[in-house]
Amino acid sequence: MSSLPILSLLVFAPWLGALVLASLGNKLGAKSSRVVGLLSSGSTLGLALVILANFAPAGAGYQFIERHSWISALRVDYHLGLDGLSLLLVLLTGLVSPLCLLASWKIQRAPHHFAALFLLLQGAALGVFLALDFFHWFLFWELSLVPAFFLIKIWGGEGATRAAYQFVIYTLAGGACLLLAFAAIAVATGTFNFTELATLAASGQLAAKLALLGGLWPKVIFIGVFLGLAVKAPLFPFHTWLPATYAEAPSGVSMFLTGIMSKMGVYGFLRILWPLFPAELHAAAPCLLGLALGGVVFGAFAALNQTDLKRMVAYSSINHVSYCLLALFAVAGASNAPAATAALIGALLQMFNHGLSAAALFACVGMLEARSGGRRGIHDFGGVRTLAPLFAGFCGVAMFSSLGLPGLNGFVGEFMIFSGVFGLAPWAAGVACLGLFATALFLLTFWQRVFHGPTGAAVAAFRDLDRVEILTLLPLVVLMVLLGVLPQLLVGLINPLVTTWVSQLP
Amino acid sequence: MHLPVSLVWLIPALPLLAAGIAALAPRSCRTLAAGAAIAAMIAAFVISCLALHTALADPGAKLVANFEWFDVGAGAMRLGWLLDPLTAFMCVMVTFVASLIFIFSTGYMKADANFKQFFCFLSLFAAAMLGILVANSLLLLFICWELVGLASYLLIGFWFHKPSAAAAAKKAFITTRIGDLGLLLGLLWLADSTGSLLFYDGGNGVLEVAALGSLASQVTVGGLAVSTAIGLLIFCGAVGKSGQFPLHVWLPDAMEGPTPVSALIHAATMVAAGVFLIARVYPLMSADLALPLVPLHALTVVAFIGAITALLGATIAVAQNDIKRVLAFSTVSQLGYMMLALGVGSWVAAIFHLLTHAFFKALLFLGAGSVIHAAHHEQDIRRLGGLRGRMRITFATFAIGMMALSGVPFLFSGFWSKEAILHAAHGWQVSHLPFGAALVAVVLTAFYMTRLVAETFFGTARTEETEHAHENSAVMTVPLILLAVGAVALGFLGTPAFPWLQARLLGEPEVHGHPLFESAGLMMLSIVLVAVGLGAGWAIYGRRPRVALDAVDPLAKAAPGVIAALGNRLGFDELYAATLGRLVTAGATVADFFDRYVWGGAVTMLARLGEFAGVVNRENDESAINGGFNVVSESFRDSGRAYSRAQSGEPQSYLRFIATGFVVLMLLVILGGGR
Amino acid sequence: MSPLQLCLLLSSLLFCVGLVAAMARSNAILVLLGVELMLNAANINFIAFWRYGPNPEAGTGVLFVLFSIAVAAAEAAVGLALVIAVYRHQKTIRLASINRLKG
Repeated sequence: MSSLPILSLLVFAPWLGALVLASLGNKLGAKSSRVVGLLSSGSTLGLALVILANFAPAGAGYQFIERHSWISALRVDYHLGLDGLSLLLVLLTGLVSPLCLLASWKIQRAPHHFAALFLLLQGAALGVFLALDFFHWFLFWELSLVPAFFLIKIWGGEGATRAAYQFVIYTLAGGACLLLAFAAIAVATGTFNFTELATLAASGQLAAKLALLGGLWPKVIFIGVFLGLAVKAPLFPFHTWLPATYAEAPSGVSMFLTGIMSKMGVYGFLRILWPLFPAELHAAAPCLLGLALGGVVFGAFAALNQTDLKRMVAYSSINHVSYCLLALFAVAGASNAPAATAALIGALLQMFNHGLSAAALFACVGMLEARSGGRRGIHDFGGVRTLAPLFAGFCGVAMFSSLGLPGLNGFVGEFMIFSGVFGLAPWAAGVACLGLFATALFLLTFWQRVFHGPTGAAVAAFRDLDRVEILTLLPLVVLMVLLGVLPQLLVGLINPLVTTWVSQLP
Repeated sequence: MHLPVSLVWLIPALPLLAAGIAALAPRSCRTLAAGAAIAAMIAAFVISCLALHTALADPGAKLVANFEWFDVGAGAMRLGWLLDPLTAFMCVMVTFVASLIFIFSTGYMKADANFKQFFCFLSLFAAAMLGILVANSLLLLFICWELVGLASYLLIGFWFHKPSAAAAAKKAFITTRIGDLGLLLGLLWLADSTGSLLFYDGGNGVLEVAALGSLASQVTVGGLAVSTAIGLLIFCGAVGKSGQFPLHVWLPDAMEGPTPVSALIHAATMVAAGVFLIARVYPLMSADLALPLVPLHALTVVAFIGAITALLGATIAVAQNDIKRVLAFSTVSQLGYMMLALGVGSWVAAIFHLLTHAFFKALLFLGAGSVIHAAHHEQDIRRLGGLRGRMRITFATFAIGMMALSGVPFLFSGFWSKEAILHAAHGWQVSHLPFGAALVAVVLTAFYMTRLVAETFFGTARTEETEHAHENSAVMTVPLILLAVGAVALGFLGTPAFPWLQARLLGEPEVHGHPLFESAGLMMLSIVLVAVGLGAGWAIYGRRPRVALDAVDPLAKAAPGVIAALGNRLGFDELYAATLGRLVTAGATVADFFDRYVWGGAVTMLARLGEFAGVVNRENDESAINGGFNVVSESFRDSGRAYSRAQSGEPQSYLRFIATGFVVLMLLVILGGGR
Repeated sequence: MSPLQLCLLLSSLLFCVGLVAAMARSNAILVLLGVELMLNAANINFIAFWRYGPNPEAGTGVLFVLFSIAVAAAEAAVGLALVIAVYRHQKTIRLASINRLKG
């Protein structure tokens, strides 16, 4: 098992699929290129399950490590490794990505190019979750932008071009800050390796070396890394690219953007910012806690005022991702070991659960859009539940999962976050309750407007889900229920890791 | 035969299984869905009886079975099951009433297209409700608490194509969620300060002495004991769920749901869950009673909220014209009584009233459902009338329910439970205001119930539909009869002479009865008040029954302003819409505005700055750098053109150049000195 | 004036005549004739430098001239063939109108 470079396989299998599709796509025809895309995308899930079977959950360190010297002059290694956090996100990618392609099944325009670009995006995301060296981590990080740009611009809605440019420029600007900051770190320490940097940071040598750069440099570097990650996550108020992008992207891509890509930012916070700059993060925590709370409350209230359903789900995404960051900043800012454990477990669960529920909601909005000829205003529908009871049922589960109803997956993560944050910063938990309230309000308003009430003329020809759509939603819905009842399935993977993190807290 | 506590989970699991079967069955399998639901409910009833038997074997014991849900760090999040007399009595009541209501529903919902879904939701509700009862963890209780909220949402909005039903469902969910957030915060606080959420855990539970002592000894904001603050937050949840003032507004609207739903969820069980919750955490709520110096005791708030609600509900009920809304406000008022009982320290009286109320209020709602079903969905009491002769069983059972609710002495259960509450309120040391409010509510209750019965069953039929109403089939009347029996008989389990129920709830093995008239004066007073209410109601509505459809209500003639205000529910909805609703809308608008214009604007500004820099840069490029390049390349091009002119293609001109070049070279050699 | 100088003078004159002919005449055959004249002027120089040079015993000058004449014959043949080919295409042998090599 150890001889097989399974992580490289995991990262490059989608790219292989993309290569095949890009070179043979024209000859394959629409249907078979969709199948090829789906299979290459599904390879991630297959390999992730193999990894899961061989994963030692009790160990907190990296497993399946692959390390080869790459550019020795810069001391850059090709270094992949996986711990509970990475595994969680790889599993999520493996689950959500094929479903994104299924949700895009009916795309008529150059389906092979769509699938090829999507697979590029998927491979890049996997690379981000597995790379342990800044150099190629950053390559993957930025590479994910290129296919995303084309997917949004070419297959998106009316304002897609503008949104795609906004998205790319915004995130590139963040990426530039990140790159400069890491260039400075490399100058100071001579290494790009995350684990080595984390060790340096833990022993306090990193801060000492950065201080040698003089003056404000350590702070500037911290802010650079922070900005790069904050834009990607996004952390309020660096989120303004998000609503337009999510709204204009095709639904399958929106699913991926919110399900996986927003997790890349949070992952960066957990993997890079927190281990490398514990002291700076501690100092900035009260302020950052305020920003995360802003995301929680503003996101939910802004969603309340949206009439475009995709924008509404996009804002709810801001709200949900902010919970993860809220937990992290609360942990960074205060010390209370049991509460920190709860908050971190909650944050990791929330990453996974939000991936499922937001993807499902975007898929549902996409289905509404497909049935109504591209309309997605909250007032454009009504009484859909009468005509499409199965669709209503699936969408209802997704909605209540997003709302945090106990018994579904969303609750466990949010409860753990709240329980942890309450122990660390009680006032923050109190304020965040406003977000919970507004979330319930806008989701139920959405449900009432779209699914309830008399059947309008606009929806008279609605049909219920077809087979592909059932296949898209069913896995998500089943997982929502399953993980809501048995959260141990996920917690078992991350608990040792979180315990180790907490034990290393000052 | 005893039920081991580790199997208590069967009680909620069976209905859950039925819900699963109903959810997965095809739409046409109506009998399967209903059959599974009823069978599961009856089986749960049998198991509950076994559980009661087990619990009564040692009423003082708290039987628990805890288990780990998922790991948290080195420890684990633990949940558990609990079996004590409180759980067992509640389970028996819920399963019994639910079974009857399920059976009634097969008749009531016979014509509905979504029959299968209805039983799925009902079973889901029953499972969640029973889960609340058997939970030994505040978290598990909260989970089930939210799930009953979900079931309530789904069932209120069952006829979702009606906009009013859809709106009522949303209102119910959102309003109760406000309270639930309080409960959630209380739960978090409790978990944070005790490190556990289990009620009983061999000395480490939150309702056990050690935890209570530490909670009561800590002081938090405003000088409150931590236990008081947590208790008040938990009470918020109960206020939302049990329709207490000021969050009572959702309950009357919830009557948009089918009538069996109103009977089961919004009268007998779910709304009583708030009362159950406070009774369950009573040790926590009362932990601060021993502290003389705290500014406020949690139970004082409970008592006052309960008294206000009891009075408010009874007052508004007087002026309602929808048969179900009268009963809904009556439920609000009765739940207020229960809260009052909890607040003044007699939680057993609250549970006693909860149990009797469940029977007679379910009976009243099902009776109303029977009337509505027979009268082709007519709910306005002004358009009913004269049903006494046409629906004899419904009338008889409804009258029993009405008398139980009004507190007609001795024979009816409501009398005994209400007396217990009044006695407890009378004995409360803190204030006599709640007692006074409760006495006024007694009169009003008897009055509005008399009005309801007189308008509905006496006089003459006032519409065509009412004219042709006739008694319903046995599936609907048999549950009425069984509930009526319960509404009478249950009272005798808790009379002052033989307070068996109270003793068992308190965990006492012996029953110590008092003489019947221990405080005879108070009992006489309440009997007189009931008589006044009944008499006034009969005098105004019963002696001269309404004849015309549009005849003005006699009370409205006397005091039009007051009755109109009451009919409008004292404007609570409008008040909330104008304050909270506005606030939320404003919040949303501000958030959106900030997002679009402030944050978005800042980013656009940055982008514009970038664009400006781009323009400057371009100008610079074009004029300076590109200009230089252009000049150079122009000159290259010119010289090239000149050279190309020399290349004429004529060999002789080339030759001429060669010759000239040769001559020049020769001259150079010669003039250069011949070297 | 020594005989060598006289010979050189002759060859110079001959060369100039050839050069002028090559530069000024417009008929391609006459230009070729001019070229031949210049070539023969060079041949006279060879002979003269051999005859009055330091080592008249070795037959080098004659040898070079024999080579040169052979090469000139071949060159004349190619040149005339070219002229004929051009004439076939262009129907003219006027050099001024044969400027298709112009860049």
